[in-house]
Amino acid sequence: MSAGATRVYVPADTSAVALGADRTARRLEALCDERGLAVTVVRTGSRGAFWLEPLLEVERDGQRIGYGPVQPEDLPGLLDAGLLSASEQAPGHLGPVEDLPFFRCQQRLTCARLGVVDPASVDSYREHGGLRALERALEMTPQALVDEVKTSGLRGRGGAAFPAGIKWQTVLDAPAADKTIVCNADEGDSGTYSDRMLMEGDPMALLEGMLIAGLATGARQGYIYLREEYPRARASLERAMTALWAAGCLGSNILGSGQCFDVALRIGAGAYICGEETALLESLEGRRGTVRPKPPVPAIAGLFGQPTLVHNVISLASVPAIISAGGEHYRGYGVERSRGTLPFQLAGNIERAGLVELPFGLTLRELLYEIGGGSRSGRPLRAVQVGGPLGAYLPESQWDTPLDYEAFAAIGAMLGHGGVVAFDDSVDMWEQARFAMAFCAAESCGKCTPCRIGSTRGVEIIDRLAAGADAEGDRHLLEDLCETMRDGSLCALGGMTPAPVLSALRHFPGDFQRPRGRPGQSESRHDTAPGPQIIPSTEAG
Amino acid sequence: MSEKEGDKDMQGLAQLTAPFRTVAGGLLPALHAVQDALGYLPEATTGVLAEQFNLSRAEVHGVMTFYHHFRRSPPGRHRVQLCRAESCQAVGGRALEAHAKRVLDIDYHQTTADGAVSLEPVYCLGNCACSPSVRVGDEVYGMMNVARLDALLAELRGGAEAVP
Repeated sequence: MSAGATRVYVPADTSAVALGADRTARRLEALCDERGLAVTVVRTGSRGAFWLEPLLEVERDGQRIGYGPVQPEDLPGLLDAGLLSASEQAPGHLGPVEDLPFFRCQQRLTCARLGVVDPASVDSYREHGGLRALERALEMTPQALVDEVKTSGLRGRGGAAFPAGIKWQTVLDAPAADKTIVCNADEGDSGTYSDRMLMEGDPMALLEGMLIAGLATGARQGYIYLREEYPRARASLERAMTALWAAGCLGSNILGSGQCFDVALRIGAGAYICGEETALLESLEGRRGTVRPKPPVPAIAGLFGQPTLVHNVISLASVPAIISAGGEHYRGYGVERSRGTLPFQLAGNIERAGLVELPFGLTLRELLYEIGGGSRSGRPLRAVQVGGPLGAYLPESQWDTPLDYEAFAAIGAMLGHGGVVAFDDSVDMWEQARFAMAFCAAESCGKCTPCRIGSTRGVEIIDRLAAGADAEGDRHLLEDLCETMRDGSLCALGGMTPAPVLSALRHFPGDFQRPRGRPGQSESRHDTAPGPQIIPSTEAG
Repeated sequence: MSEKEGDKDMQGLAQLTAPFRTVAGGLLPALHAVQDALGYLPEATTGVLAEQFNLSRAEVHGVMTFYHHFRRSPPGRHRVQLCRAESCQAVGGRALEAHAKRVLDIDYHQTTADGAVSLEPVYCLGNCACSPSVRVGDEVYGMMNVARLDALLAELRGGAEAVP
């Protein structure tokens, strides 16, 4: 970087790039070159205010002044108006980014560095508080580390919300020479993208969390099972791993301590079920991603039969914040048995979609309207699905439910991974119910009958409901089938698909009584096919 | 194909996958290596991997057909994936799917007659803050609508390379 060059931060996050951030960054460099302006463009992750992307941040007097959204064609005018001196006159001026109401109302513990830090630089990571937790952890005993996690009250952020401390203790206590830390980075739920953002924008936080988990449980090998759909996260993780290796943080002598830990990155292959922890382990072992019956739990017999700590990205990335500030500090956020913060993700038909890290306890309505600004289409919101494709559809009467694990469980819903997908009044809830069943049929691993067969029969019944010949009987049959799937399935795919189906049926019955044409005619024949159909090239025309 | 060419293909495949023989759980990385290099998994893959990993052909076949990502026929020049998941449905994803199939005149898992585009469904690209989403190769596009999709597809069918 040349002396006196102005630093401009431009996100390289998937969504920011989808909105034009790469073109904006390239054009900015080219224009500054033409005009002889000294500028250093730093590519970061995104802070998560996506309606402002591409969001440029100009560093001035230690503050970052935001401009957004900035498309390449806006740049000449912006530079004329004094962009590089952070002029208030430049169009799109937002002031200091951290003072924007969207960020002021948040409390970022896990995602504090997102959009701030240079994800490929260990120095930048250190500058923003990184590796402090690792240094502290190297001076603590494994039991003290596990106790800190227990104190924090952290629960698995992937969706199941199992107390993390109990898992850590189980792996620590398991007598075995080879233990493993597995990061579940198969974030497949629609409406969720916090794992992706974190891996792209602050990958070292995840790796530091895995390192600490290794020190705490006696594991020396880590795996990240990353979904194939996230190529930018893959590149970002690879760069971060290389940089941490070079800095002596990963490998056979962590920061000179004599302790060792290594991480391998594995890529999934487009199977939703591999987000289920035992299916993920099967896949890591090189097999079909079918679910294993539990017990034994992976903490006792996981990868290759060895004790394995399986955690989602956000769970592991929360560990450095817990260890550096202490479990008590983390526990100070949240309500009841939901402690700490959760990065919620606003998606679907919402005006201000983005990442919102908050302590548990806010209501869904506050999240949708005060933070999210209501629908993107301007029409009234009608249904909200929280927690991915296996989450219930919530009608307006349930939007005052506080966002905590138990309050959601009490209404038959789940927070899951914190994804919130909003639908306006144009949504057809019969179609959503049908999709939920069809998705289960397409993604079922086939191991257990209620899920494999039940989901296909479920689609058929929902189609018959639309035909309306015996609506009462079919409705009863669907409820019965859902009960069987819920109680009889091996894992959450078959077990929780009934939630979106039955919630749609119960809260939006009118949509199931509407006369329709041939059921499912708007959908392709692939909807109910279990798995992909591979058409030989000769037939593909 | 002559027997000699077939042998050569097998050797090429074996070279691609050999490094993964000693990797714990190396079958998936080996399949990825083949598809990354060739764009699909040729028929000979099953036999080569069965031999290298000391598995039955049925086991290898079972793994490669389980995962949606792996394909057993060559793709078109561009692999276009439309997101079918809920966030995209909430902002017009279904209409976009129907439109794409209509203008390309193919269904999912098919390739256009000019060999330019293979159309595939995908369940979530993690781009849900700016749905609907489309992926071409490793590029993700957000806030898609019919006009933008038409322009994108026209560009893909007109030129040989993906648009920037």
